[in-house]
Amino acid sequence: MNTLRGLIAALLFALVLPVQAELEIRITQGAANAIPIAIAPFVVEGANRPAESIGQIVMSDLGRSGRFKPVPQDRFAQPNMGPGNIEFYRWRDRNVDYLVVGRVIDQGNASFVVEFQLFDSANSQQIAGYRIPADASGMRMAAHQVSDLIYEKITGVRGAFNTRIAYITSTPGDYQLQVADADGYNIRTILRSDSPIMSPAWSPDATKIAYVSFENNHSAIYVQNVVTGSREKVSSRRGINGAPAWSPDGNKLALTLSQTGYPEIYVLDLSSGQMKQLTNTRAINTEPAWMPDGSGIVYTSSRVGKPQLYLVPATGGSPRRLTYEGEYNAAPSVGPNGDKIAFINGDGGRFRVGIFDIESGEIRIVTNGSLDESPSFAPNGDMVIYATEEGGRDVLAAVSVDGSLRQSLVLKGSEVREPDWSPFLN
Amino acid sequence: MMRSILLVVVAALALGGCAGNKKATKPEIDRGAEQVVAPPQTQGAGTGNGTVVEMQLDPFEDPSNPLSQLVIYFDYDSAEVKDLNIANAHAQYLADHPSAKVRLEGHADERGTREYNVALSERRALAVKELMMFRGVRPNQITVIAYGEERPVAFGHDERSWALNRRVEIVYEAK
Repeated sequence: MNTLRGLIAALLFALVLPVQAELEIRITQGAANAIPIAIAPFVVEGANRPAESIGQIVMSDLGRSGRFKPVPQDRFAQPNMGPGNIEFYRWRDRNVDYLVVGRVIDQGNASFVVEFQLFDSANSQQIAGYRIPADASGMRMAAHQVSDLIYEKITGVRGAFNTRIAYITSTPGDYQLQVADADGYNIRTILRSDSPIMSPAWSPDATKIAYVSFENNHSAIYVQNVVTGSREKVSSRRGINGAPAWSPDGNKLALTLSQTGYPEIYVLDLSSGQMKQLTNTRAINTEPAWMPDGSGIVYTSSRVGKPQLYLVPATGGSPRRLTYEGEYNAAPSVGPNGDKIAFINGDGGRFRVGIFDIESGEIRIVTNGSLDESPSFAPNGDMVIYATEEGGRDVLAAVSVDGSLRQSLVLKGSEVREPDWSPFLN
Repeated sequence: MMRSILLVVVAALALGGCAGNKKATKPEIDRGAEQVVAPPQTQGAGTGNGTVVEMQLDPFEDPSNPLSQLVIYFDYDSAEVKDLNIANAHAQYLADHPSAKVRLEGHADERGTREYNVALSERRALAVKELMMFRGVRPNQITVIAYGEERPVAFGHDERSWALNRRVEIVYEAK
């Protein structure tokens, strides 16, 4: 994007897309061995041009992941690369490993088909080819699906580009629950209140968000439909109603209630309204997170004095202590494979994101902030999004599980916190 | 009966300054009428067309009275009420005024995780509640809400701000 041509492309992009992302995502640390890939502009066939440039979105997705190094289009080894016209030797000479070409075909009635092919330049072989139908309003989503497929074919892990994040923004007296696409576009406010909103949690089918609201000087847990906006109050008992977490089947919520005088973990059956108490200690028990198979719930407990992580069977039983290292281990988020837990480790006044390996019991600190909070795994388990403080402001950041990749997500003009990464959307 | 004049003074004016300290987002407290008994007048003094009445300073407005203080502060990661004066004064008032009601709002500083801080801030508010009940306040006079770190009053990321945010606010819903 350094040359005039790139600049013109960027300007055109801005013209057809008047609402630019307010949530700006930057890579702060990329992979040393990022994979070179060239993505040709998608050829548009038919009378109507889609409002979005698929190739641009795919380039930006793959680049933002930190694992890929997309070749800028003005530095293409073969400037006219397109479907049926790939000169592999030119790319091999430049050490570009993968090539993507594609078409957007106008079907009429504001619907399109997006086609793409992924090639390995080393052996000139096609690795993948897909057709994705999309209506005019779903072109960004179709582009993210292309990115997801390319990412999966090359890394072996399903991409998480076609996902969303929920988070809380606030200025004093104005709290908002918002959702955005994982690339920061399509920001929508789901709830606005003059009282605090906390702990947003996506349902497993990504259609609903559970959250805590302090409307009318009382804490209550609501479940709100993201599409229709309708909501239901599911818990407003005396004391704390907090930390809602969906069971993997979407039928239950784990939550924190302090109706007995101490915060305890409960499981609420959403259809019957039945509440089952899982912990019973004269201590703080909160921040439940389900194991992906629904068998157990990881949570924070101060039963030994300082907060540590525990695992209790979801149907009740004896809790097992997981963490022993350090004086403050809290806010668990279990990875999709059930083998790793992202959490907050407090040590000497610094709070950072740690990854706990359930089998080995090892803890690895993966961030270097001082006030990190609210870690949430991406649905593919590659990255963890979390809240941190940067230059005196509350911002979001993401880090890969091994700590090698970092992104920062800055929402212009607002404090932002408590990110929750959605499940896969399709 | 001639010696003393019983005066009913509506206390709304006196309570005004107290409510002024609240954040705009909070509901107004119920400014119920309050009876104030004027000190006995000495015979023959201060007569004429208008009767001069000495008005008591509202205790909630008197800076030398602990009732004027509505915030109790805490140490890091602690729910121990160190300064008993403020809690005891409000406990005494509530015990003497059974129709008075308070909301104890627990708060935490930003360090640590958000839901854990909600729990910690509830421990603080409950510590104040227990102290008050020990002094004869009835349970139905107190409600507790735990805000955790969601409602800071100071916005710095430093010890000075944190100390101001680790607090329980006493909010009168009825006096």
